[in-house]
Amino acid sequence: MTETTAAAELREPPHPGEAARRPLRLGRVGDFLLRSILPLVLAVVTGAIVLAAIGVDPIDYYKDIYSGGIELSAWQDSVMRMAPLLLMAVGLIVVFRAGIWNLGMDGQFLLAGAVVAGLGPWIEPHVPNALNLVLMFLVAGAVGAAWTIPPALLKARYGLNEIITTLMMTFIGIDLAQILVKGPFQDPTTATPQTRSFDFTALLPSIPGTRIHGGILVALASAVVVWFLMSRTSFGLRLQVLGASARSARHMGLDVPRLIVVSFLVSGMFVGFAAAAEILGIWGYQRADWNPAFGLWVVPLVFLARLNALVVIPYVFLLSVVSIGGDYAAQNAGLTPRFTLLLVGLTLLFMALTEWVAGRAELGGSYLPRTSFRRRRRSEGSS
Amino acid sequence: MTSRSPTTADAAGGAKPAVELIEITKAFPGVLANDRISLTVRRGEVHCLLGENGAGKSTLMNILSGMIRPDAGEIRLDGRAVEINSPKHAIELGIGMVYQHASLVPQLTVLENLMLGEAEGIRLNAGAARDRLQDLEGSIGLDVDPGATTGTLALGQQQQLEIIKALWRGSKVLILDEPTSMLTPQGVAELEQIIVRLKSQGLGVIFITHKLHEAVSMGDRVSILSQGRLVGVIEPAELRSTTHEVLQERIIALMFPSQARQAAEVAELTDEVEWHLPKRTLGGEPALEVESVSVKPGPGEIGVRDVSLDVWKGEIMGIAGVDGNGQRELAEAIAGQRPIAAGDIRLFGHSLVRLKVAQREKLGLRYVTDDRLQEGTVGSLSVAMNIVLKQIGKPPYWHRGRIRYSAILGKARELIARFEIRTPGPETRVGALSGGNVQKVVLARELSFDPKVVVYSKPTYGLDVRTTRSVRQTIREQAQQGVTSVVISTDLDELLDLCDRIAVLSRGRIVGVVENGPTAQQHVGELMVGGKAA
Repeated sequence: MTETTAAAELREPPHPGEAARRPLRLGRVGDFLLRSILPLVLAVVTGAIVLAAIGVDPIDYYKDIYSGGIELSAWQDSVMRMAPLLLMAVGLIVVFRAGIWNLGMDGQFLLAGAVVAGLGPWIEPHVPNALNLVLMFLVAGAVGAAWTIPPALLKARYGLNEIITTLMMTFIGIDLAQILVKGPFQDPTTATPQTRSFDFTALLPSIPGTRIHGGILVALASAVVVWFLMSRTSFGLRLQVLGASARSARHMGLDVPRLIVVSFLVSGMFVGFAAAAEILGIWGYQRADWNPAFGLWVVPLVFLARLNALVVIPYVFLLSVVSIGGDYAAQNAGLTPRFTLLLVGLTLLFMALTEWVAGRAELGGSYLPRTSFRRRRRSEGSS
Repeated sequence: MTSRSPTTADAAGGAKPAVELIEITKAFPGVLANDRISLTVRRGEVHCLLGENGAGKSTLMNILSGMIRPDAGEIRLDGRAVEINSPKHAIELGIGMVYQHASLVPQLTVLENLMLGEAEGIRLNAGAARDRLQDLEGSIGLDVDPGATTGTLALGQQQQLEIIKALWRGSKVLILDEPTSMLTPQGVAELEQIIVRLKSQGLGVIFITHKLHEAVSMGDRVSILSQGRLVGVIEPAELRSTTHEVLQERIIALMFPSQARQAAEVAELTDEVEWHLPKRTLGGEPALEVESVSVKPGPGEIGVRDVSLDVWKGEIMGIAGVDGNGQRELAEAIAGQRPIAAGDIRLFGHSLVRLKVAQREKLGLRYVTDDRLQEGTVGSLSVAMNIVLKQIGKPPYWHRGRIRYSAILGKARELIARFEIRTPGPETRVGALSGGNVQKVVLARELSFDPKVVVYSKPTYGLDVRTTRSVRQTIREQAQQGVTSVVISTDLDELLDLCDRIAVLSRGRIVGVVENGPTAQQHVGELMVGGKAA
């Protein structure tokens, strides 16, 4: 060593000033583009490559999606498809915010649908239509909520993993719905196993000037209510604390088991509403083999929207267009309508990949909202 | 087996550099953690690294031990430039990190822990390993039973085992990260002797500490980091020729250049605290009574057995003990976060046993948890929200379930000022604050809604000297206003500085209660070591 040892040598920092802290963030816009838009773009591009590989012109395919999902009056079908999807998304937002994975949506959905389609036509002649519709929504909500009770109690009491219990309950729910439709609720006058039909006049009325049934209004109202609940009320904050850390929640004196059960019930209720909207708005009856499996479509959207019930609306619209237009495009291209699911799956895959590439220690972590409890955007830099 | 032995006595007076860090730079989002830091660790030398929390010590050591990669800069080992790709690679290169805990498998024996991660062959050669352990122990003067189950060893011994483990893997440079923070005074003395022997065998030792007196008494060379930069180095010659008092003043001036006045105030923390008895008269009714309380241990815990304590109104009762002796279990039992198996807990005569956390809170009981990041705060929520997190749903912050931002922000601004929380604003996420400021947020919440009895768990753990001082001052002020405090701490100095009485917790039991005074330190130390010799 060549240094003098006479005295301590004070090494001044190599450069002066206050430059020690240097923001390296992407910024809000960049962050949004990276996490909420890029996965969609990549999914579309990869979908195009897959299409090209199996000999389908991707440009034509995507054009068909547009014309089948938007053009002429197709947009009305897309908007109608939004109703169940948005209601489900809203229900998922409630539980996901609480850090709970209710993945039993499809069971809750079909069971609620079966009960509505089974009871509705039977009650219909005896009560006014409006009352019957309200009643049916309530019944559907109650059935959807009830089907979450076993997983909710098992988690609240014994800490059982709800991913497993809700998935198991969904299988039971799907089968039970079939049993109901083929059994007590079956319409004896038809050959195919299905419930009796509502009278046309007893279904959800359309928005004047369109074919769109009123379910979308229920869905939009629910989105607003949930957004308000999650961002402006003590209940929403409690759920968010629970979602952030169950240990924190316990420390803060929150009744964790109760919160778990309540968030499950609320989520199941909205899934039940989704079924009511679909049955009362579109079908008027339920077939035993009917299972649109909306639940899994919605999961990626909810995270792309960062669990915000208002932000999820345009995503749900996009998915609805892809879902309605996709049927048409697939038909034209000679593919199964299920090809649309590939796009949804790819979106989920690319969300995970973006997370991984962006170096998140905890995958999916950045899709959780940063702060939903702030009054307004303001610069964080000023003190 | 001997080929990789570190005992190649090349102790040529510590002239040769073992590790050279040159212009190391590492940025994380929003912060430049290391800004062109250069550091040389020589053989046979203890290089102390001083700095506040967030100064960049941990980042620098994580770079050296292969946990993270630097953005720029060079690392040289024995003069050769190397790139450290992984922790495994760092170990192969002879860099040994001695962790505080969690790197040993508690269920395995000492020998098994050492043989773990041996890459040579499938069959384990226990005999040879035993011989080698004896050699190593002899060379640094340790005696750990190779057959003992690791989990049953005292923490001091576990730490010694960590050091042995590092040597076992052929370390030439040892990194000790705040090694004294969990030791008894006797344990610290033992560690000092071990370090002297390690030095004499030509190892380079990096000793990270918060405590200035440790740095000047143990170090051959002291480097001071501040805000990601190296702000000063004190060379061996000066260390030897200057008195400790002068050195400490110099170091403080380096750490807090702009706040020379405050520096004088923190000076009191730099010495080993003698003892400091608050001048109060206590008596009357006990505010908090813990009567024969037992708590069932969770996995990896000791639990609490038959603990009784009476704390007077306005008293500061300390609970000393090495970490993991039932502190958390006791604190959580008092707070209501876990059930008790037997006994009774009373607050001003009312039994708490059947009450939930929120109900105990209502009676004026507060618990300042030591896990301030995972439990005490919600990082994704704002400072303001965290401050009212135990008031959810209550007026004036909520009105019929609706949030009232103006009331919350107003309260937050008031408390930010009162507790001197350094934050860009009340709406900044708590996760973006430094550890010291997070702790202030926790204290602001716990102490501002009419507390009566406060249980503090390691209130200054991991905080820098200034924050430590302000937190202790807050605890004192609270006590003066008649708030009863229970301070659980592994830092004996802290308890001697604050408390009226100190109870010693060992293996889940209270083994004695000592009045604070001139002989308290020795007394408590003996109780901590002696355990059942109450």
